[in-house]
Amino acid sequence: MNLIEWAQNPWGQQIPIHIGWNLLWVSAIGALLFLIGHAIYVRYWAKAVTVHSDSRAATTGRALQVPERVARHSLGSRLFHLIMAIAMLALLVTAFLPKVGVRFAWVTYHWIAGIVLTISVIYHIFHASFWLDFWSIWPDKEDVEDASRRFKRALGQSAPPPRKFAKYPLENKLYHLVVMLAGLTAIGTGLFMMKRVQTPFFTRNPYLFGDMTWGWMYVLHGLAGIGFVALVTVHIYFAIRPEKLFLTKAMIFGWITREQYLEHHDPARWPIKEPPSEAGPSKSKTVPA
Amino acid sequence: MAVIHDVIPAFELFQPTTVDDALALQSRHGAKAWVLAGGLDSFDWFKDRIKRPEVVIDLSQIKELRGIRAVGDGLEIGAMTTLTEVVRHPMVREKYSILPNAAEAAASPQIRNQGTIGGNVSQDARCWYYRGGWPCYRAGGNICYADTPTGLNREHAILDADRCVAVNPSDTAPALIALDAKMVIRTPKGERVVNAEDYFIGPAIDITRMTILQPGDLLTTIRIPSTWAGSQFYFEKARDRSVWDFALVNVAAAVVTSGNAIERIRLVVNGVAAHPVRLTAVEAAVQGKPRNAETAELAGQLAVRGAQPLQYNGYKVPLMRNLVKRAIRGVAGGEAA
Repeated sequence: MNLIEWAQNPWGQQIPIHIGWNLLWVSAIGALLFLIGHAIYVRYWAKAVTVHSDSRAATTGRALQVPERVARHSLGSRLFHLIMAIAMLALLVTAFLPKVGVRFAWVTYHWIAGIVLTISVIYHIFHASFWLDFWSIWPDKEDVEDASRRFKRALGQSAPPPRKFAKYPLENKLYHLVVMLAGLTAIGTGLFMMKRVQTPFFTRNPYLFGDMTWGWMYVLHGLAGIGFVALVTVHIYFAIRPEKLFLTKAMIFGWITREQYLEHHDPARWPIKEPPSEAGPSKSKTVPA
Repeated sequence: MAVIHDVIPAFELFQPTTVDDALALQSRHGAKAWVLAGGLDSFDWFKDRIKRPEVVIDLSQIKELRGIRAVGDGLEIGAMTTLTEVVRHPMVREKYSILPNAAEAAASPQIRNQGTIGGNVSQDARCWYYRGGWPCYRAGGNICYADTPTGLNREHAILDADRCVAVNPSDTAPALIALDAKMVIRTPKGERVVNAEDYFIGPAIDITRMTILQPGDLLTTIRIPSTWAGSQFYFEKARDRSVWDFALVNVAAAVVTSGNAIERIRLVVNGVAAHPVRLTAVEAAVQGKPRNAETAELAGQLAVRGAQPLQYNGYKVPLMRNLVKRAIRGVAGGEAA
């Protein structure tokens, strides 16, 4: 099995041309094995996590101040997620169905979906940088400490109980980090690759880079693509897991309940701010956090 | 360009005598197997060392794939029937004269004696970058060497290019589409019959293939219905050398007239895209119109709408326009009438 396909160009150089497409199956099967393993682990071995007493105290103390619905994602964030998800699925379908034998004219659909993804990601970068709590999605020192505590306790070693999560669990933050890296790689290389096909935006110029540079660009684009096969599979799996469904519903409706907020999140690490709210319709007051 | 060697690399040769055996061999050897018809396309690949199959399945011993038979109200032509046999067959000449005219325009007498109609319609692209073994899109790479500012693309596509700009080189393909032929394909799952028009695919659908044939599939028969039997036919092939060359552009038309008006028409060009192009918009536009210079002018203009010439093949636009005009008028230059 070749990780990278090489070829000899007219000038006698060995150049990479793309990834070995059997990596697609490695990615897909790897993701399936992971989620089967995870499901079995959660079903038979995972223990309930004991949280730090400070977290419990803070939760109890602030319970009365928490509204019935806590805003988690703004309308702009949810629309971005929806558009990005549609674009990503369109990109995966148009990229990989032809590789498994479903033949159709995929190139135009692919770059259109790529443009949609690019615009949505640019919007997200600005939106998250200036209108959202930018740092809330990045792993911090406390996440690392708590992860270490959880790991030690899972192994039966002595360690203080971890705290509840901030707005986003560590896994969520790490997933975002990986998706960001893969996404920017796919977008960056994809935009350059549009110079190789007919689009209304660019005049074709296959000689913009040398064969070697183009080759690595195709390899990176392919690696990001098959990476997304696994990432999207795992993401959908977690989105439909029973214990995570409240987060999925929050991505649709924009809010979580007071009970969910107090059960899963540390108000000290994800404090509720004062209104105004832009969360979904609610009979009671919804406060953004 | 590739170096031509005298001796081709070794391979294991199978010569099945039935279609079932050929299909079984294809299933057993999968992508390692190469199906050999007349060998005119295949041996170029082998001698150039570009394709190095481990197994070659030679179809020449399968009698059921040879010959021309009258069936129902039409004809069946075995895929291994030689082009010369197609050219000489009296019934084909009488009712479907466009096909022998197209077949006779292919290559040289020696090649037509060996080349088959199945091979002619299924042959690979003749783009020299691709045939030279460079890692172009069609060869599984990520570039079209012909479609670059310095690429030699005089013979390449002006229509339907999608990354790859190679053209379909077949002469019989447009004639078969004009006759509304059906391609009978045996696959591991059974028999499929597809319109000749749908047998050919462009790079947008599959950039590494020119037909819908997948590994394990076998074109066995070409059926020609009587729909266009005895129509007025027109075939013309423009090429650099009249004695032996691939088409720069060729055109095939089957026309049924009522008085001087065009009642029905099928019009196909090849050499302008990676697949033969049926000009359905032109067909619709000229239907019911008189077969004269004015209609021909309209057809010619409409035919080349959307053409996108490359650096060196701009001449193909007026060439295609004029061939379409002549096909509509049914005069001059044509190798049939």
